[in-house]
Amino acid sequence: METLEQIKSRIEAAVADVKLEIIPNDSPSAQRSLLVDREHGLAVAKFLRDDAALHLDYCSNATGVDWPAAELTEKFKVKKVVDGVEKEVEEVKKTLRPAYLEAVYHLYSMEKKHGPVIIRLRTENRADKNHLPSLTPVWRSCDLQEREIFDLFGIVFDGHPDLRRILMWDGFKDFPMRKDYVAPDDYEYEPTPHDEVLARAKAHQATEVKS
Amino acid sequence: MSAIAEMPPKKFELLPKESGDGELLEVAMGPHHPSTHGVFRMDVALDGEHVVKLKPVFGYLHRNHEKIAEGTTYLSSMPYTDRLDYFCSLTNNWAYALAVEKLAGLQVPERAEFIRAVTAELTRLQNHACLIGFLTQDMGASGTPLMYAFREREKILDLFESLTGARMMCNYMRFGGCRCDLPDGWLAQAQKVVDETPKFIDEFERLLAENEILMARTQGVGKLSGELAINAGVTGPILRAAGVNYDLRKVDKYGIYERFEFKVPLGDHGDTYDRYMIRVLEMRESVKILQQALKSIPDGPIIDPKAKLRGFRPKVGEAYGRIEAPKGELGFYLISDGGPNPYRYRVRPPSFINLTVLEDMCVGQMIADVVIILGSVDIVLGEVDR
Repeated sequence: METLEQIKSRIEAAVADVKLEIIPNDSPSAQRSLLVDREHGLAVAKFLRDDAALHLDYCSNATGVDWPAAELTEKFKVKKVVDGVEKEVEEVKKTLRPAYLEAVYHLYSMEKKHGPVIIRLRTENRADKNHLPSLTPVWRSCDLQEREIFDLFGIVFDGHPDLRRILMWDGFKDFPMRKDYVAPDDYEYEPTPHDEVLARAKAHQATEVKS
Repeated sequence: MSAIAEMPPKKFELLPKESGDGELLEVAMGPHHPSTHGVFRMDVALDGEHVVKLKPVFGYLHRNHEKIAEGTTYLSSMPYTDRLDYFCSLTNNWAYALAVEKLAGLQVPERAEFIRAVTAELTRLQNHACLIGFLTQDMGASGTPLMYAFREREKILDLFESLTGARMMCNYMRFGGCRCDLPDGWLAQAQKVVDETPKFIDEFERLLAENEILMARTQGVGKLSGELAINAGVTGPILRAAGVNYDLRKVDKYGIYERFEFKVPLGDHGDTYDRYMIRVLEMRESVKILQQALKSIPDGPIIDPKAKLRGFRPKVGEAYGRIEAPKGELGFYLISDGGPNPYRYRVRPPSFINLTVLEDMCVGQMIADVVIILGSVDIVLGEVDR
């Protein structure tokens, strides 16, 4: 299979104005991924599926990742002249990572038997701008998985045919897989019936027994 | 909470009132239905006895396994993976261990790879045998084939028990190898079980393969085309029954599978009978692998000496590892932030994603066939709902 750099340059040639970025992975797995901008997510997905050389016809895994805002610290050593003597001094560089939600897709080709090509899409923030294009029109295997991401992370997939909660119940609020989610003490808490609820319940009870 | 949290829940109606489908009958099959293999519900719209629409409803067994795993160390999720697909705990262990090994760069010693392959193929044998038992049970063959399968499964579970200490919740694999070595006499006992298995498969086939009722109920029922199966991410025996040659043991060659000679059986109709037959043939191939593996288990260590049980902190990064579990492609996706717990832990459950095409297979079929089609998909709700 082509390298990720080759795939990136071929996508840039085929899809106009697309913004791509290779996300490095320093772990021994060395599975690097391709960050695709939101506007061109669907076009890139179609390209990857229909391209004759890649033919990524199978989307194995689609999942979400929550990245709350965080201060990243990076330590590095700098050579400095202190009191006329050159010394190695450790400096700390702090960067602020903005908050966003991420959808990750692992793509393989069943016909050519290669893969994975990993693409990522990021939302603008974690609150109100949490929309991403749905890739279900390209790979139907994203159907239930994107519903699951919507359910557990709260990413809204535009263009999904049937976006509903799937594992949690319909009346549930909040998104359990987010890092700042606080679980209630008791999921099944129901107040003892009184006032309105009791009145409604009584309306269903027979008041007198006719003989 | 964010703006979306206040979004009113979308009301779902299988048959919207304004659509004028008032003549159709809506049936909720499940969650407490004996043939849904657990707490699973299908909302079915029927025209007479024929299925017009079918929507699966999930979540009755949901306990957010992924969230629990993110709150605990890498190793302490290992026993929890047993509870995903509780029929195949050893393959679940393997998939998780494989993903972590990729993330942390651990090398599995040869002996451990052999033990893993042997236990995985034994798992596949008992899973497929039981699946066929359940499938015939769904068809109305009350008990007999299922008990034949359970008799065989019992022998394999005994092997698991003497190796791991547990029959079903094995918790056997570790990152970089296995937990303990084979006990004395285990190999001879396993060899005996494997030698007897072809006889059982023959007996099973004589009983079922040309059975008139089984053929009438399954042939041409619940057809699935290869293109749809690929696009919908269907994996495992269902995919191969639709004629697509994709077996991760051949494609990824994880573990030591490239050393074994075996074939990948393929179906050509994609119907329920093919899905049944693929399982029988895969059992025969598993026996072949086991015969080769049991004869050539080398001596040596069973765990990578670099593997740390305590204070295990993989480097920052991510990894996706997948294996061919009996039900399809089981994958684990892990992101490490350098801490003792995974930052993100994701299970790619085969039986959940295989249900994507349930509606396509069932529409136009009779309501009684829905039960058989679901049975041939082979789901375990512990894995579907996680």
